[in-house]
Parts: sequence; structure tokens; C-alpha cells
Amino acid sequence: MMTLLHNDFVLEMIRLVLYAVGLIAFAAFNAAYLSLLERKIPSWFQLRYGPKEVGWWGLLQPVADGIKLLTKQLLVQRGADVVLFKLAPAMVVIPAIMCLATIPFSETLVPRNINLGLLVIFSFSAIHVIGTMLGGWASYNKYASIAAARVVAQNIAYEIPLLLILVSLVMITHSFNLHTIVDQQAGGFWRWNVLRLSASPLMPVAFIIYFICMLAESNRAPFDMVEAESELIAGAFTEYSGMGFGLFFIAEYANIVVGCALGTILFLGGWHCPFGLLPGLHWFLIKMYFLCFTVIWVRWSFPRTQFYGLLNLSWKVLIPIALANLMITAIMLKLF
Amino acid sequence: MTFTPDTFYALIAAVLFAGFVAVTLLGAIVAVAARSLVRNVTGLALSFLGLAGLYYFLHSPFLALMQILIYVGAICVTIMFAMMLAELHEETRSWFMTILTGVGSFVAACAFAIPLILLVRRSSWMPAPAAQVNIGSIEDLGRALLTRYGFAFELISVVLLLAILGALAVARSGRKPNS
Repeated sequence: MMTLLHNDFVLEMIRLVLYAVGLIAFAAFNAAYLSLLERKIPSWFQLRYGPKEVGWWGLLQPVADGIKLLTKQLLVQRGADVVLFKLAPAMVVIPAIMCLATIPFSETLVPRNINLGLLVIFSFSAIHVIGTMLGGWASYNKYASIAAARVVAQNIAYEIPLLLILVSLVMITHSFNLHTIVDQQAGGFWRWNVLRLSASPLMPVAFIIYFICMLAESNRAPFDMVEAESELIAGAFTEYSGMGFGLFFIAEYANIVVGCALGTILFLGGWHCPFGLLPGLHWFLIKMYFLCFTVIWVRWSFPRTQFYGLLNLSWKVLIPIALANLMITAIMLKLF
Repeated sequence: MTFTPDTFYALIAAVLFAGFVAVTLLGAIVAVAARSLVRNVTGLALSFLGLAGLYYFLHSPFLALMQILIYVGAICVTIMFAMMLAELHEETRSWFMTILTGVGSFVAACAFAIPLILLVRRSSWMPAPAAQVNIGSIEDLGRALLTRYGFAFELISVVLLLAILGALAVARSGRKPNS
């Protein structure tokens, strides 16, 4: 057994376990406390208190919610496709957490620095569409089936402008490695990709398109057609109870965190300070949580769009602008 | 068996490889054998995921990720989309049709399987290289696509353009009431 105490090997194993546990805990923690913020922030907007009974300032409310979800009975609707019904939450939550594995939180804090990090995130986040759709279809419920059809149409429509924006971004950065992309933006906020006007004058627009597509891809308001509670009860999740619903919930917030973290890395300079001071994890978290706050802010400021409005926005506005951005970037790269 | 890091890594690799092979085969069987169309597509998606894992074992992570992004993220989703638009109804077949489709699919499967098996038996296999042969980076792929395989690349783009034009031509007339 002495060989087991091989130094590098043991350290690597400890690192692996710590990161695996840490990422899952990070996703669950974010789901818990972003959901608390999701109730606190609108309560400020609407001059209410929000949750305040459980713990000081309602800080233990997520724990109470978690206990409630864990103790509920898991019901399966008669007529439902049991295998797919139970597979769907896993297919949604696993890719969402796997995406976190390539995100560099700071210079040194990165679970796995892969050369194709950006592609890893986009290929895995493509899987959750199938999971949500399966959950909706397998529920054997009219509302859930409508939501399943919607999620597919919506995600096809918004994946195109998202990938077009990323193609133009990768043309500028010459790299899929998230660490390299952040390193290129060192120095100050004028060097961040969002203000890299010398590469393409449409960069701020590209960031806004990225943000809109991120909202739509993670099914957030004003694009939450999948869970449109005023028309579809709870959409694809109508039939899920207890932790089955809880997993969808964790996945939704994990997707938001991944989207915001990626926005921070690609456009807002990652862990670099806006003024070149003290780069580190805290700047990454400040920027990421500011974007998360914006996501919640948008949800409580804009009413839900109609489904036709949603598809029109993508096909008639975002895709042409994204294509124009791609062409302008290519021309600028050739000329300068 | 002494327990060293090397044997441990080899063990993990072997377990993962077996897992990917099992997922690929199981997914393929579900894709063919299951009765409901949605289950077929799910099986297909699982099979593609397993295949992506096998590509990773062949030292080409780029291909593995593309397999997930395009086949799972785009093709399976598009099939689902088509299914949502079409009317689904479980068809009931007569016993004659069941036998006929069974025999027909067996013949069709043999037409693919026998040449493949022969090919596997006849070809002379090289021993697997211990490390990656060429780097297979995105830069190499891009360079190869735009120089050596430029003609094929352009042909594919023509095919895609035709598909888009065809879709536009079909959608051009729009929806008519009662048609």
C-alpha cells in the first residue's frame, strides 16, 4: 500500500474529489440562494417584505424549501412514460453542472483547463433541451406537451445567433481556451472584449445579443415560455413533485450561473479588475453576480413575451444582426 | 495486483471505455427496437453520446465535442421538433405486415452488416499508437479543410445552400386555410 502514497497521484485524487464536490455544492448553493434573491429583489421593487420569517432576513428560507422538496412524495402520473419521466431531470441537471467544470474562476482556481473549454460548455448545454423536452413529453399532460414543443422551437431559434456571436468572438480571440481569452483582456476595462471596438465596432451589441440569447437558452423571463405559469400552469414541470422538480430548479439556476460566468469570461474580463488592481476571484464573483442580478432584474421588469414575438425577435432581429457582426468582424480582421 | 497510479488510471480508462461502448450499443438498440418515437430519439441521443466518448478515446476531443453539439444538440432536437409538428398516432399492423417488415429490415441490416464484418476481417490493422499521431488541433483541421479538402468543403456548402433555398421555396407559399 506504500505506492498509494505517491505524492502527485494522491494530490490529484484529492483535487478531483474536492472539485467534484465543490462544483455540485456550488450549483446547489446558487440554486438555493439565488432563489431567495429571486424573492427578495422583486419584494424591494414592489414595496413588500419578501420572505423574512425563517432565519434572520429570511436567510434560512432556502433550507426550509429544501426540506420541503426532499420530504415530498414523488408522484408519477398515470399514463406517463415512467423511464423517460425519471430520466429527464438527470439529463437536465448533469450537463448543467458539467459545464461548470471548465470555467476558470480565477488565475489558479480552475477545475479543468481544457483547450476547447468554450466548446465543452456549448456542447453540454445543448443537452438540456432534450431533457426538458423529454420531461414535458413524458408527463402525459397537455400543458407539459405544449411546453415541450415550445422549448424545442425556442432553443433552436436562439442557439443560432448565440453561436454566430461566438464565432465572431473566437475569430478575434483565436482561441477556445477560456483561460487564454481572459488573459487577453488584462489591463483595464477598456481592454475587455465588450469594448474591443478596434476588432469590431459591434462588440457591445454582441454582448447584448449574448445576454438575450443566454436568457432565452436558460428559459428565463421574459422568455420563460416553458414555464409560463399564467397559461401553462408550470409548463414542462407541471407533473413533477418533490426533488424531481427540485432538480429542474437546480438546473435552471446552474444554467444561469454558467451563462453569467461565461458572459463575464468572454466579454467582461473574467477575474481582471476594471482598473488593473488586485485581480482575483472576487472580481469574477462580483461581475458574475452582477449579471445574475441583472437576470432577476429583467425578469421582474419586463412582461413575458408572446411566443410569436419570441421567435420573430430571434429570426428577424438577432440573427441578421449577428450575421452582420460576423461579416464586419471578418472584414475588420482582414483590413487591419 | 499491485495498486499503483498507472494501473489505477488504466482501470478507470477501461471502465469508462466499457461504459461508452455499452451506452453506444444500448442506445442503438433502443433507437431501433423501442415502440414509441420519442424513446427512439432518446436512444439515438444516448448512442451519439457514447460515440462522442469513444471519439475522446481516439484522442480527438474536438470531434467528440462536435458530435455532441451537432448530433445531440442539433440533429436529435430537430427530429424532436419534426415529431412535435407531425401528428403522432400509434399504428396497428396486420401480422403479414409485421413479418414483411421484419424480413425486410433483416435483409437490409445484413446488406450493411456483412460487408462491414468482411471489411473488419480482411483489413490489416495497425497497432494502436501509444500517443496521438498528429495533433488534430482546430488549426490543423481548419487548414486541411481550406486547402487539401477545399473542394469537398465548398461542395458541402453548396448542398447546405440548396437545402436552405429548398426550405424557402417550400415555405414560400405560406399556410393556406383548409389545405
